[in-house]
Amino acid sequence: MERPCDCCPNPAVVHETIVRNGVKAEVHLCAEHAVERGYILPTNAGPALVVGKLLEKATQAAARSVKCCRNCGMTMPSLRESGLVGCAECYRVFEEELGPLVERTQDGATAHVGRHPTHAADLIDRAAVRNRLARELREAVSREEYERAARLRDEMLSLGIDGAGEAEPA
Amino acid sequence: MSGAGPEILGLDGADAPMADCVLSSRVRLARNLIGFSFVNRSSQEALADVVHRVQSARLGGPFESGVRWVNIQGTSPADRLLLFERNLISRPFVEATHPRCVAISADESTSVMVNEEDHLRLQMLAPGMQLRALSERMIALDGSIERSLEYAYHPRFGYLTACTTNLGTGIRVSAMLHLPGLSMVQELERVQRASKELHLAIRGFHGEGTDALGDFYQISNQKTLGRSERDIVEEFAGGIVPQFVEYERSARRALLERDPDALDDRVHRALGILRACRLLSLEEAVKFLSRLRLGVALGRVPGIQLGLVNRLLLEVQPAHLARATGGQVGNGRDDRAARAEFVRSSLR
Repeated sequence: MERPCDCCPNPAVVHETIVRNGVKAEVHLCAEHAVERGYILPTNAGPALVVGKLLEKATQAAARSVKCCRNCGMTMPSLRESGLVGCAECYRVFEEELGPLVERTQDGATAHVGRHPTHAADLIDRAAVRNRLARELREAVSREEYERAARLRDEMLSLGIDGAGEAEPA
Repeated sequence: MSGAGPEILGLDGADAPMADCVLSSRVRLARNLIGFSFVNRSSQEALADVVHRVQSARLGGPFESGVRWVNIQGTSPADRLLLFERNLISRPFVEATHPRCVAISADESTSVMVNEEDHLRLQMLAPGMQLRALSERMIALDGSIERSLEYAYHPRFGYLTACTTNLGTGIRVSAMLHLPGLSMVQELERVQRASKELHLAIRGFHGEGTDALGDFYQISNQKTLGRSERDIVEEFAGGIVPQFVEYERSARRALLERDPDALDDRVHRALGILRACRLLSLEEAVKFLSRLRLGVALGRVPGIQLGLVNRLLLEVQPAHLARATGGQVGNGRDDRAARAEFVRSSLR
């Protein structure tokens, strides 16, 4: 089966492997997104554009984040620039990157407490929430971030979770 | 209005709790629909589809007794401004160019903006300090809407919003405080410092990015994640707002004790200008109505009701004024002349 583009459901026509700091990452893009990201040139491009695109590609390649949301095409750089998340799927794709951003904008809060839609009742995996909070609490204590640790502790108590003795599954 | 939660008091706000120091209170929720990208990443067609989807849903709550749908694209600039001045829509919503609409309840207490920064912005407004009653009604309305529209939700981040500052509960509670006493005793800086320490946003007469005309300050919660809706509302209704009100009232008492003549002079000079002026800018109108409001709230101006001053604060704004006087919005000198005449005749 054809491999889909990283940014949309169209088949990928450009395949590239990037090794950065010893970490290998693969990029698969359809023609449209490959042009957008400077991997290939539009067919009617003039020489100035060709040089420009090549320079742009050379200077941006190292810094480029290839992770993007398959639903709306959002990337972390454009999210940071606009300050807005593109869709619900972005929160899943960029959960790791958004975590610290959310914590900063929400005065240290890391997880939701309160109402939820009826349809989402099954989504709330209390064990996962408990494990995550317990892990973050252990990290905060080990870094001597006691204010953050106290907040996490309060969050666990408000969720009715006792953090003592919680351990992540092996 | 059965099943819609506790009744909201007062028509013009004169009888509402803490009406002497709180002009209005507001609760809003930010929500997005499953299956659509957020507004900032959506095509015009998708946004038109969101509008259609919401208009086909049964909203319930205060909308049961009547709903007015306003398609903003097909509405004149003057009418958009009118809705903004009535706090039924936001400034960005007035100025945007994409498909969007607003549902307004028959009593104008409630509106739902469709395709503001989020697919849905539900908001309820009431005179004075009525945050508990408002939030109960809001939660009932949210539950009712959720029966026909599915909300985007994440087990860790809660209700998903375009901006992470609204994430989680999506709730923003606010109170428009009238703090002329604290201004006169030069304590406002302390209020602003306290607001900062309490992680509150403090804004002017028309919300974000506006100046504090006439010593009206809107305070609201900044944090929407990590605390339940109930805790956020309770912190405001049971703690922050009553504390600000008590602080303002003690400043007013101090002014009355220290020099009642000076206070009366300030209030009655304001009334004199409002009753005699021939040209009146919006800034001046709000400034003098604010002083008059202080005097009326303290019982120093017999014959003028707080409700009248509250209404005038709304009606001196450009779009309201144009509607009342048959003029056009933003006509400079004509505007000021019309405003002066309108205020004079209202306070006769």
